[in-house]
Amino acid sequence: MSGPWEGDYRGHVVAQPSSDAQSETRSYVWGLGLAVVLTAIAFGLAVFKVLAGSALLAAIGILALIQIAAQFRFFLHIDLSRSKREDLQLILFTGLLILIMVGGSLWIMASLDQRMMG
Amino acid sequence: MSVQVRHHPGINLSHARPEDERHTEVTVFGFWTFLMNDAILFALLFATYATMVNRTAGGPTGPELFDIGNAFVETLVLLVSSFTFGMGAVALKEGRERAVTLWLGVTLVLGLGFVGLELREFASLIGQGATAQTSGFLSSFFVLLSTHGLHMLVGCIWIVVMLVQVSTFGLSRQVRSRILRLGLFWHFLDLVWIVIFTTVYLPAVAS
Amino acid sequence: MNSSMLFGKLTLDALPFYSPIAAGGAGVIVLGGAVVVGLITWLRAWPYLWREWFTTTDHKKIGMMYVILALVMLLRGFVDALMMRAQQAIAMNAEGYLTPDHFQQVFSSHGTIMIFFMGMPFLFGIMNYVVPLQLGARDVAFPLLNAIGLWLTAAGAALVMASLVIGVFSTGGWTGYPPYTELSYSPTVGVDYWIMALLVSGIGTTLSAINFIVTIYKMRAPGMKLMQMPLFCWTALCSSLLVIFAIPGLTVAGGLLALDRYLGMHFFTNDGGGNVMNYANIFWIFGHPEVYILILPAFGIFSTVIPTFSQKKLFGYNVLVYATMCIAVLSFTVWLHHFFTMGADANVNAFFGIMTMVIAVPTGVKVYDWILTMFRGRLRFETPMLWSIAFIVTFVIGGMTGVILSIPPLDYVFHNTLFLIAHFHNMLVPGMLFGLFAGYAYWFPKATGFRLDETWGRRAFVFWVAGFYLAFMPLYVLGFMGAARRMAYYDQPEWQIYFVVAAIGALSVLLGIGCQVIQLVVSIRHREGTMDLAGDPWGGQTLEWSTSSPPPEYNFAVLRQVSALDAFQAAKEDGRPYIWPTHYEPIEVPRNTALGPIFGGLAFVLGFAVVWHIWWLAAVGVVGVIGTIIVRSFATETTRIISAEEITATELRWHAAVRARQEANS
Repeated sequence: MSGPWEGDYRGHVVAQPSSDAQSETRSYVWGLGLAVVLTAIAFGLAVFKVLAGSALLAAIGILALIQIAAQFRFFLHIDLSRSKREDLQLILFTGLLILIMVGGSLWIMASLDQRMMG
Repeated sequence: MSVQVRHHPGINLSHARPEDERHTEVTVFGFWTFLMNDAILFALLFATYATMVNRTAGGPTGPELFDIGNAFVETLVLLVSSFTFGMGAVALKEGRERAVTLWLGVTLVLGLGFVGLELREFASLIGQGATAQTSGFLSSFFVLLSTHGLHMLVGCIWIVVMLVQVSTFGLSRQVRSRILRLGLFWHFLDLVWIVIFTTVYLPAVAS
Repeated sequence: MNSSMLFGKLTLDALPFYSPIAAGGAGVIVLGGAVVVGLITWLRAWPYLWREWFTTTDHKKIGMMYVILALVMLLRGFVDALMMRAQQAIAMNAEGYLTPDHFQQVFSSHGTIMIFFMGMPFLFGIMNYVVPLQLGARDVAFPLLNAIGLWLTAAGAALVMASLVIGVFSTGGWTGYPPYTELSYSPTVGVDYWIMALLVSGIGTTLSAINFIVTIYKMRAPGMKLMQMPLFCWTALCSSLLVIFAIPGLTVAGGLLALDRYLGMHFFTNDGGGNVMNYANIFWIFGHPEVYILILPAFGIFSTVIPTFSQKKLFGYNVLVYATMCIAVLSFTVWLHHFFTMGADANVNAFFGIMTMVIAVPTGVKVYDWILTMFRGRLRFETPMLWSIAFIVTFVIGGMTGVILSIPPLDYVFHNTLFLIAHFHNMLVPGMLFGLFAGYAYWFPKATGFRLDETWGRRAFVFWVAGFYLAFMPLYVLGFMGAARRMAYYDQPEWQIYFVVAAIGALSVLLGIGCQVIQLVVSIRHREGTMDLAGDPWGGQTLEWSTSSPPPEYNFAVLRQVSALDAFQAAKEDGRPYIWPTHYEPIEVPRNTALGPIFGGLAFVLGFAVVWHIWWLAAVGVVGVIGTIIVRSFATETTRIISAEEITATELRWHAAVRARQEANS
């Protein structure tokens, strides 16, 4: 019987019943550990006023980006392997558009604010 | 050990039939597309929040209002719930039905706990007279946070439905594929929360 | 219980007796609806319609329903256009026949309908019909989602239509800028109708777009690489991606405006720390990609029609693919050119001005590719080709006026004048509508088995093109003369002649639409003469022509192994255009389901309830939606099997038609 799901252009690769559950558990533990550490550093920097102003914003921004990347890797299992190229492309393209939209909005609105009130 | 080839994000399910694998690949890719759409929605709400953060209209400001301790607890609860969901996914892969139910249940409790903490924060703000009608800043704060909170609530309802389906159908192809997508949704909400505590709470507490 | 709890803001005053013209319009809608319902009942066609059409998950039928919805809404939107042209032709130092408030409703609904309820359904209809067939696939990835997308779009359209009968429509234009659209300045339900219609149809469009992205990525014929897809599929993919990334802008802008209006928040208000300009910013983050959502699939249609009717390969396929991708990305980097005059500093304006000029480059590349495809071809001037040629010439004019507007200092002069109106109609009428008409004529025989009448098609073409030039060239001149857009009346005598000419142009378009209606009737009545079930009336190059017309529910009995671009053309050149095995296997297809109409109905009820503040009904709508999703998730039998015998019988009928056709040709 051939159903609507036929037509795979790459041919089917059947996943075998596996013994890699252990490595996946390890992946989640790594993810949790990294996330807790990164979160604690970010909160610590802000609450204990280790950094201030734009230095703080830059530091917590970078920490957030690292944590997002870590969660993508360890929780969502996105990596650079060939079979997940399409998903990765989609994520990177979304990232680019978020950068354009948010960056552009902040630039435009800051310019308007400055000229209206400055 | 055999080499695993994954066709989709998330944990790799073992499928007995090739068309099951293909079905999961197609539906997960579709769900992933939806998540990207949702990510843009959140991005625009973040941009709006950032442009309105100083528009307090003489009302209270973020530093005066935010309870950083509460935010930290919320963060940890959400993070741990992401982890417990992951444990559920591993159990799902191994076909341990009772463990799946157990981990999903734990995740549900944590998710509801997060929503409860958020509601407590909202109640406290409203008690201080800081409502969504007070200023542009508070409008954007409440809308951003409650959009995330509503997503969490949808996730909780989804978990309940999946718990019922696991007990009705067992770990059928459909059920496994749905839990896989629910997992993507749940982890995605944790990602959004990272951006929330980084752009909303931490800058406010430091200034 | 008092009546406001039961009916919200809805009272008898909502009926449109504020002006005889509005009451007349409502009467036409109600009467037209009653006639259609009466006719269906008289013909006892309800069970047939429900079984074969409303509950279908077949992408081909869904596509045809989208096109029918679009054509109906085209009529409605065009009546709005005629009313505006008539008003402005006579409103020199006079009030005309429309009150200013009513005139505003007319231009708001014209823009909203033409973009969201004519353009979008039309292109999604053609994409629905054609893309899976061109991919050599049996179905789309998510047939049910696809059906729900259609019904949500229809629910949005129904909300706009309902506003004509119950209450009023927005007076804020299709862009709905606050603070004018805030509660303090627009206290009626018009803006709420506008917001709800757009939010509901936006969700439907997003679902459809997800379906198409996954279909194109994952459901192609075995062996078909991305760079072997027909160009129309590429444009459908890019357009769907734009939907995914752009529609959230509309959802956020509309949603936040609704929160201001319903809950008294301060996103875009003048007071309370609101930021009016952020609305324009977010709206156009959506709005500019939206233009390319509408226009890219039309580019794909031209890229399919021009090679077929030049009997040549498409010139520069790779370049066209890359140009399409470039346009898709760049369309997210130009949104500020819609509000140059808002007062951002010169660097901001310069950046977005330059990006706007840059986006003209890939578009220009495409124009050259189409011209070079025709160069030294053996051209056949049938209606799809005529629309394509009219498009190229007219679109280039519109493109050049666009480059003029992209220069910020010039935009300061032209903004909000009729020059802008002439420009974007000059892009969207040839760029989108002519493309959709070309696609309609080109794929009509695939969907029905018979062709559209050529003579009436040519008449429609002549009236449409002449009408377009007569209607919009005067608007360029009026723009130069300083005429602002959206004026209900004016006092400059020298303008009137141009408005009169534009009105004559609109009448010519009316004749064109009349010819299209006659064309449809004549084509159906004379269908025996052009009937061609073999399935390849034009000498097509792509896979949709390699199956019967109309195609069977399962599209292809045998999936084709694809190894080249223009797979059907390649197979013809190999001398083996068709794959006809001796034995067929059963095929699994999705079952019919009432979920599409159910979600559409619930969305309409929810939207209507929110518009009129009928909160108990809104709660019913929300609970209904959530409950339906949950109940559906417990359904197990969602597919059915078409037996091998049935397939064999269908296929043999088609084989006979192809053989008869081959004998007739030889």
